[in-house]
Amino acid sequence: MSVSSVFPQLEQLLPRVSKPIQYVGGELGAVVKDWDATTVRWALMYPDAYEVGLPNQGVQILYEVLNEQEDVLAERTYSVWPDLEALMKENGVPQFTVDAHRPVKAFDVLGLSFATELGYTNMLSALDLAGIPLHSADRDENHPIVLAGGHASFNPEPIADFIDAAVLGDGEEAVLEITGIIREWKAEGRPGGRDELLLRLARTESIYVPRFYDVDYLPDGRIQRVVPNRPDVPFRVSKRTTMDLDAWPYPKKPLVPLAETVHERYAVEIFRGCTRGCRFCQAGMITRPVRERSITTVGQMVKEGLEFSGYSEVGLLSLSSADHSEIGDMCSGLAEQYADTNVSLSLPSTRVDAFNIDLAQELSRNGRRTGLTFAPEGGSERIRKVINKMVTKEDLIRTVVTAYSNGWRQVKLYFMCGLPSETDEDVLEIAEMAHEVIRAGREAAGTKDIRCTVSIGGFVPKPHTPFQWAPMDTPETIDRRLKMLKNAINSDRGLGRAIGFRYHDGEPSLIEGLLSRGDRRVGKVILRVWEKGGRFDGWSEHFSYARWIEAADEVLPGFGVDLDWFTTREREEQEVLPWDHLDSGLDKDWLWQDWQDSKSEFEQDDCRWTPCFDCGVCPSMDTEIQIGPTGKKLLPLTPVNNLRVPA
Amino acid sequence: MPIAFSQGFTPHPKISYASAAPTGVGSEAEYLEIGLQAPVDAEALRVALDAALSPGLDVLEAVIAGPGSLADRIDASRWRLELPGVEPEVAEKAVAAFLGSSEVLVERMTKQGRRSFDARVAVTRCEVADAPDLPSEAVAVPCAIIDLVVRQVTPAVRPDDVLSGLRVVAGLEPPVPPRVTRLAQGTLTAQGEIADPLDADREDVSIGER
Repeated sequence: MSVSSVFPQLEQLLPRVSKPIQYVGGELGAVVKDWDATTVRWALMYPDAYEVGLPNQGVQILYEVLNEQEDVLAERTYSVWPDLEALMKENGVPQFTVDAHRPVKAFDVLGLSFATELGYTNMLSALDLAGIPLHSADRDENHPIVLAGGHASFNPEPIADFIDAAVLGDGEEAVLEITGIIREWKAEGRPGGRDELLLRLARTESIYVPRFYDVDYLPDGRIQRVVPNRPDVPFRVSKRTTMDLDAWPYPKKPLVPLAETVHERYAVEIFRGCTRGCRFCQAGMITRPVRERSITTVGQMVKEGLEFSGYSEVGLLSLSSADHSEIGDMCSGLAEQYADTNVSLSLPSTRVDAFNIDLAQELSRNGRRTGLTFAPEGGSERIRKVINKMVTKEDLIRTVVTAYSNGWRQVKLYFMCGLPSETDEDVLEIAEMAHEVIRAGREAAGTKDIRCTVSIGGFVPKPHTPFQWAPMDTPETIDRRLKMLKNAINSDRGLGRAIGFRYHDGEPSLIEGLLSRGDRRVGKVILRVWEKGGRFDGWSEHFSYARWIEAADEVLPGFGVDLDWFTTREREEQEVLPWDHLDSGLDKDWLWQDWQDSKSEFEQDDCRWTPCFDCGVCPSMDTEIQIGPTGKKLLPLTPVNNLRVPA
Repeated sequence: MPIAFSQGFTPHPKISYASAAPTGVGSEAEYLEIGLQAPVDAEALRVALDAALSPGLDVLEAVIAGPGSLADRIDASRWRLELPGVEPEVAEKAVAAFLGSSEVLVERMTKQGRRSFDARVAVTRCEVADAPDLPSEAVAVPCAIIDLVVRQVTPAVRPDDVLSGLRVVAGLEPPVPPRVTRLAQGTLTAQGEIADPLDADREDVSIGER
């Protein structure tokens, strides 16, 4: 049975909505396949607006990996803005993919990539528009498997009622394995229906199917245990790790949108994983070990990706790009290759040291020099020891001043507020540091024309990190400290004028905290918020703190807990955490020890350069650190004939 | 393609669009100029651009530009307005009322806020096509089709402004959003026809197959 496009109905509505181009598809790199010529069909969703979702690397990689399979079809769907959502409901137009405008409900799998928990309400909107029952328990053979991935899926408990399954970790191989299971089940005539399919997925031991697990609670509200409710599913579900990134050089054909998006560049992941051990950083904890892509593969990807897409910007991405074992040769080699072109190269810079400036200098050889960013994360040396971001005040100021004396005029500094054990003084030191940076910078640059921007957001404790036990500060505390900091920066008018101040309020962070460390009971809050109109919670103009508070107050007391219980409460060592049955490879005892080390301000080295400190990941996941150097260099590009006409 | 870039801190590709159609309408006649760093065969450029663009965005022809700018050769557009659900006779009455007025004031939101302007002055032709060859899906539904020629004036008068004018003078309210397509752009001749802006450059260069 073929599935027809909903575009004729959708097109009628497009003149009445903002930015209609985001709904038409047709991007360079988009793939449209014959529905009937394929056997397994995926709808991949990034549950945010198109402009944010389209550049997402994870979706682009899986889209390409799946579409390379002859009998597999993958299309993309994004959240529609409330203006179109209302018109679609009114006119009976379902949630659609942008590639061929097929209804999402017709696919075998709806795979959602959650980079942040604030996308949960958008998932409910999409399910509702698609005509898929919101609750997993209400779905039958006619509905897609709703599958969650992305970093937030390391604790999918708050959305356990709404999803059918979750994949933890890297998706490249997981999507192929899931495809294989579905292909086989369909070929056999769908024996046992939906339940049997979910069971087959669960038996892989790396796909979590929440319905096969029961959660029991203690009288005081804590979790007693999470156990399988049938004998044939595993007690613990493990994350996936894609090894040998050179074997997975995706995206090869990056999507080039017609609409404006937040990033318009070819992004190449130069390595995955990070062992710097910043205690607040969930990405660094759950993506271990470090796996580098070799300098030559990166060079090849950049060349082919640019040729395919025509992008004029390349981002060399990772969690700490300056740490790549061949980053120096990579940057100088690429800078050389693209010296006389309009291609600009960029490196996200979070490391606070002079080497980062050398690299930035290399990459801006063609004269285009944008701002430099450093992320000290904590204002005082003490708090930086607590979070294991090892940089002294002197190093930090010296590094920033070096940037100014090398010609940079604009430097951004990233911080967090509300870190464990933080005091007012820790935050106020940011103002001192910023003043010192401007004072020394003016002297070194010989001009008053320099600026620095202090950007600060609220800290959110995340699962699978040493701070998973930590109490959050209240939004009142965060907002008070941010106000104090702002006043302190402006206390010296001459210096304060050169310092920009950007901050995020404490309220959205608290809700993100509820969602990131929540359990299945929080799902009822999410549903209630969505019913009250909650959408696009990552957008300040759509986020409503009052709505979340109201919903939490309606739902949580029935379970004997409240918002504070999930957010500002410190957990004890013996407490069963909602995600304990989901295995990121990190040894819980090691995490606890690291939490204790944090309290005593004891720093932890990086196992990339120092001996293993037994975090547990490599032995339990059967993985290893994969780093260079390979000793290879990037060769000059052979001049290509500019005029290349496709046959 | 060896596309030329502007100077400055963030160089932009040298592409200029001459009176681009508004969002939400179809077009069979958009024109743009591209600056190149080196001579390129016009047909080869057409093929390469067409291959890179989305389905539905078709590059029909490329010529090497002679002196003068493209914008100077475009002062009018011809549009087809399909009004599903509107009887041709009803549309004809509205069009007659519109043409019979010396001025038809309409309002539109612009970047500067709500503006009121005359939609009549720019219209040089507005006719209801008599025997429309209807799209097959609309067999049972009446569908008036309006043939419209509008001069470029400031502020620009767009097809939706003319539709607003038909509402103002005759209360014409199409039940579903009309489908609007630009059919041609170019210089308005004395006979009221539109001359193809590429004509002047066609003599000595290879011409793309149409």
